[in-house]
Amino acid sequence: MSKIVATAAIRGSHDAVSRADARLKAALEEHGEDQQVAFPETAFYLPMACALLGAEVETLGELREVLEYAQGLLVDEPSEAVWLPYLSGVLDAGIATLLSQETLKALDYLDGTAPQDGWHGFISDTVLRTLGIQLVDGRMPGFAAVVGAAPDLETAEYIIRELQKRSILTFLIGNHEGQTMRDQLLEAGVLTDAIVEDPASGWDIYIVPLGPDTDSIIYALNWAIRGALTFGGVQKGDWKGCLDYTRAHIFAFGLGLGTIDDLKYASGAGAITMGFPVIADTEIPEIRPTGVCTYEELVRELDHDRIVQTCIDVRGVKVTVREVDVPVPVAAAFEGEVIRREDMQVEFGSKYSTAIEYLRMIDGDEIEDGKVEVSGPDLDTADEGGALPLGLLIEVAGRKMQKDFEPILERQTHTAINHAMGLFHMGQRDMAWLRVSKDTFKAGWRLRHFGEVVIAHLKNEFGVIVDKAQVTVTSVDEEAKQLQELARPAYLERDERIAGMTDESVDLFYSCTLCQSYAPNHVCVISPERLGLCGAYNWLDGRAAYEMNPHGPNQPVEKGRCIDPVKGEWESVNQFVYDNSHRSVERVCLYSLMDAPMTSCGCFECIMAVLPEVNGFMIVNREYTGMTPLGLAFSTLAGSVGGGHVTPGFLGVGRRYVISPKFISADGGLPRLVWMTKDLKDDLLEGLGERAEKLEMPDLPGQIATEEDATTLDELLAFLEKGGHPALSMDPLF
Amino acid sequence: MADASDRSVDKAAQEMIARAQDDDIGLAWDRYDAMQPQCGFGQLGICCRICHMGPCRIDPFGDGPQEGVCGATADVIAARNLVRMVAAGAAAHSDHGRDVTHALLQAAENPEGSYLIKDEAKLLWLAEEFDIPTDGRQTNEIAAELAHKALEEFGRQEGEVIPTHRAPQPRQELWRRHKIMPRGIDREIVQIMHQTHMGVDADYRNILMQGLRASLADGWGGSMLATDLQDVLFGSPEPIRSQTNLGVLKEDYVNIVVHGHEPALSEMLVEAARSQKMLAKAEQVDAKGINLAGMCCTGNELLMRQGIPSAGSFLMQELAVLTGAVDAMVVDVQCIMPALADLSPSFTTKLVTTSPKAKMPGVEHIEFSEDEAMVVAEQIVAAGIENFPNRRDSRVQIPDHVMDLIGGFSAEYVHTMLGGRFRPSYRPLNNAIIEGRIRGVAGVVGCENPQIPQGYGHVTMAEELIKNDVLVLVTGCSALADARAGLLQPDAALEMAGPGLREVCEAVGMPPVLHVGSCVDNSRILIACCNVLLEGGLGEDISDLPVAGAAPEWMSEKAISIGFYVVGSGIFTVFGTPHPVLGSENVTRFLCEDMEEIVGACFAFEPDPIKAAQLMIDRMNRKREALRLEPMMYAEAAST
Repeated sequence: MSKIVATAAIRGSHDAVSRADARLKAALEEHGEDQQVAFPETAFYLPMACALLGAEVETLGELREVLEYAQGLLVDEPSEAVWLPYLSGVLDAGIATLLSQETLKALDYLDGTAPQDGWHGFISDTVLRTLGIQLVDGRMPGFAAVVGAAPDLETAEYIIRELQKRSILTFLIGNHEGQTMRDQLLEAGVLTDAIVEDPASGWDIYIVPLGPDTDSIIYALNWAIRGALTFGGVQKGDWKGCLDYTRAHIFAFGLGLGTIDDLKYASGAGAITMGFPVIADTEIPEIRPTGVCTYEELVRELDHDRIVQTCIDVRGVKVTVREVDVPVPVAAAFEGEVIRREDMQVEFGSKYSTAIEYLRMIDGDEIEDGKVEVSGPDLDTADEGGALPLGLLIEVAGRKMQKDFEPILERQTHTAINHAMGLFHMGQRDMAWLRVSKDTFKAGWRLRHFGEVVIAHLKNEFGVIVDKAQVTVTSVDEEAKQLQELARPAYLERDERIAGMTDESVDLFYSCTLCQSYAPNHVCVISPERLGLCGAYNWLDGRAAYEMNPHGPNQPVEKGRCIDPVKGEWESVNQFVYDNSHRSVERVCLYSLMDAPMTSCGCFECIMAVLPEVNGFMIVNREYTGMTPLGLAFSTLAGSVGGGHVTPGFLGVGRRYVISPKFISADGGLPRLVWMTKDLKDDLLEGLGERAEKLEMPDLPGQIATEEDATTLDELLAFLEKGGHPALSMDPLF
Repeated sequence: MADASDRSVDKAAQEMIARAQDDDIGLAWDRYDAMQPQCGFGQLGICCRICHMGPCRIDPFGDGPQEGVCGATADVIAARNLVRMVAAGAAAHSDHGRDVTHALLQAAENPEGSYLIKDEAKLLWLAEEFDIPTDGRQTNEIAAELAHKALEEFGRQEGEVIPTHRAPQPRQELWRRHKIMPRGIDREIVQIMHQTHMGVDADYRNILMQGLRASLADGWGGSMLATDLQDVLFGSPEPIRSQTNLGVLKEDYVNIVVHGHEPALSEMLVEAARSQKMLAKAEQVDAKGINLAGMCCTGNELLMRQGIPSAGSFLMQELAVLTGAVDAMVVDVQCIMPALADLSPSFTTKLVTTSPKAKMPGVEHIEFSEDEAMVVAEQIVAAGIENFPNRRDSRVQIPDHVMDLIGGFSAEYVHTMLGGRFRPSYRPLNNAIIEGRIRGVAGVVGCENPQIPQGYGHVTMAEELIKNDVLVLVTGCSALADARAGLLQPDAALEMAGPGLREVCEAVGMPPVLHVGSCVDNSRILIACCNVLLEGGLGEDISDLPVAGAAPEWMSEKAISIGFYVVGSGIFTVFGTPHPVLGSENVTRFLCEDMEEIVGACFAFEPDPIKAAQLMIDRMNRKREALRLEPMMYAEAAST
């Protein structure tokens, strides 16, 4: 019965609080009140304390106040008989436990004992934002905090595969009698030593080992609570808002494997208070009446075959499992897999063979829907580690299909193939490169399956457009080359069409309000020469998305009368933005950073900021964690730029906007760019060169500084002067 | 002579009843027996004593007179008599509320005095409701203004009684549409007295509608203010452990029983009884200490805020004296049997009256006043201590029956109970109802009445209800009857509750029967209904909810007023014995049928507590269907 749980959780909370108290006292004695204490790369101090209490803890002295608050939440264990209601005390004890665990982990960071070797530890704001968009767009339906370890390796692997199959992010936490799930997965070969060397590599495969002790659960939970502050727009200290947000929007759950001890119960109580239910594989008492969580709070599932489905049901996670007739699971969780040479059975393309994929629309009568035709020797004829040629001809038809959609749909082969476990896909068109892992080959993957996953993906994701689809797969070099000949004129035509498109050549732009769920006033306006700030949507995508779902977040926006061609301001665009920003944004200039710039949701690939001292702009991408000449890191900048506000001088943009002819053209264009990250520069180098040629400033790419040249304004100015950067001699920005 | 078990289901009560029989002492039950056969005209409500042309009475068999001297029919007479009961009941609750308001004013104006403001949060909440500025103001200043504004509600002549606005919008509109929205607490009572005066209203419907209006002024006015301001002054209740039954009296202690309804004095008695000064005085008379015990609703008030044990309910006031161990019985107002005056001296109990409204010839009167509360309290405790040496040990017989209980559930506390500091919410309760774990919520309240074996109605009904997954809220004597039967213990959930209710009780750690206070605290049940509606998913108006009320052992006029305001708020309500109206078919039909059309709820009269419970369950089932709620989760188990 629940009273047993209540008693254990309350006992566990007392233990957690007193451990934290002892550690903090020792730390205060050693370092004093003013000793700084912080988690790395976060603007949210100690996030749980910040969200729930509004505390901005920077010193040990301030940390003590948090712990004192936690102590005040503790209650006595329920009495043997005639007990007082205990649910409230348990939930409070849960929060006391989380605050204590956060204290303990912050002290670990102070001592340099966290993160533990081979474990991820605290999750930075950067990761939070990167994965945020996946939570919003449903690529990641939720996360599992797996606490403990499975009874055997086989079960460990089975559970993790079931989670991966559904694209559920999995955190590995704690242990069961010294055994950790991470080690089980290593031994089972699901994880490789790479995870130990670089735990952050787990993000790509949706398996992140946080820490080998129960207290490490706070890393998952103080990551989740930041979702409320970042994506929910909830103010710190608004504990109700934060907890309502986590319950409503973050589909997380705890999965307890092995014995649930007092501390695990206490941590579970904290999770439950956040709206995250706990499911365990041992004989624990259940708490099924709903209301604290959306559904049941504490559930027992002894059958490991069903445990992941039980978790999903109990949390109400919305999962669309694609049932495709292929021998391995298919899900977004497998998208980031890298297949090393030694794990590879066979590869296609790159410098090893011809590999081409081409999608065209043809008359529906010529298509036998779902047909996959295979020609040539199959995978089992190739040497282990060898290469085969590959040609994929994808033919589609549909009443709403248009020629313009061909490239968009063709690019979907990348996603479709990558989502299959043990497959790797890179590049596009006749520059594709694919690998099939040994395990996937052993599971029975053959040529036919490439066709199966592509058809399934197109029909699932683009069913509105694609009524029928068939695929011809060939591994005959000659046939692949013939396909190349067939495709090349189409490629050329497409390039011309896209490259030829300018903002002036169209009457319609497309909006994107996908992110209004967390940035209510944000409206993205996507034009041919300015892609969405997340980098994921260009004008054609916007149009395709509108065709697919006429009531969705991508709507056509009439340009209307042009108010200012230089700044990129149109009458009807203004009206659209006004109406769709809940009447908070009155005008938007598409090509300006300084005058009525577009709002930013929070998903921007890059942030641009004005540097008045050098008369130019800098741009920093999300992946860069270092310092910028502005004196602020990306994560700090992101906090003030996002949320759907208009902030002149600051702007979120997509990477490729930098090489667009309309790149902040109102403010002087590319010659204003004085600083960008090395990573970004390398990525865009070719395009930058082309743009520089067109501007007749061939030296420009070299004149733009990176972090290797300057990380302070003084260094930057010196570099620009030395290189003779054009921005220095342009009209003053202010 | 009747067997003691026919008079009470409680072992301690039976023991004392037997003792009285042995000693040939007459108790309420004996006086009831002596009264048989009771007057049929009075029972049927067709005796009119309103003017001096009468008394008149209508022949219920149709042979004799069918109208009074003035021409009043059975309909008019029954309706007038009934709403005059409403007036008296509403007056009693509301006058209680007025006294509490005075105590608040006393506390506000005299910070050095006996009363403190214990629940500032609730004060601020009420200040907002009464449109009182709070920014930068002292607590006392706010409290004084609140007290003044609350007093104005009693004397209000026009507009609407402010706390009625807590009711859901559709309910308020319904009250306005039918012109039963109360304009002032006292005014509606006065209007009843006028409207039922000789030769005024002769339309039984119109008379009964005014009864509704006056009762709403009680439930959503006088009683509600009494509850709220008591919370401000003495603290809002939270679950607390206590004990009940005559066994809480202690042989070696000075036993002081506080009886009646108002906590203003008794809260002070608690303080006085705990003071070193009084404890030292008790030691001087060789008592081990001072044992304060409650009786009736004063007892409920102390129980839910202070954990003071309760010696018993209405029909146990004489039985407590019979133990010979009560050194002082202090009474304030309401439900105090005049019989105590003669009984007390024989058992060396010093009876003390304290209210200027409630005196007894030959009984010491120590008048209570709010401005000298502590002085009076000490005087009374001292009187008890001084009487201790007079106790005759050979006469002392304390029944060895005590039951543990959990009390003190307020409508506000439910938020915390179901979510703690960080998830305060009614959501789990609403979900439990929506998902079919809890069928509905019943308020089982009211008095005790020698017509029914004491406690039989309350306990049998509560057991039947919880067995059928109905969460039961209890107040007043009903709460104490259930407490004696162990139903206020969380352990009871495991034994008696239906599987769905049991699951919820286990998750929360609460009993299936919740003690929500004294009889003015029935207003808490109304607020709980409002909170459920606010949480959402169960309709728009109180009449949409799967809830029901009952008063299985009622006897007082207050019970009639409560019944009226509960039905007027949209809650179907079963009374054990019928209202004294059966002499008029029209009035009976109006109460039991026609009101359904007007206020969305009506009365039913059913003496068998199991059948009454079934009526309530049927009602809940129909409401569940109307709301399209899920079928009961464990339907098969529940139907066995």
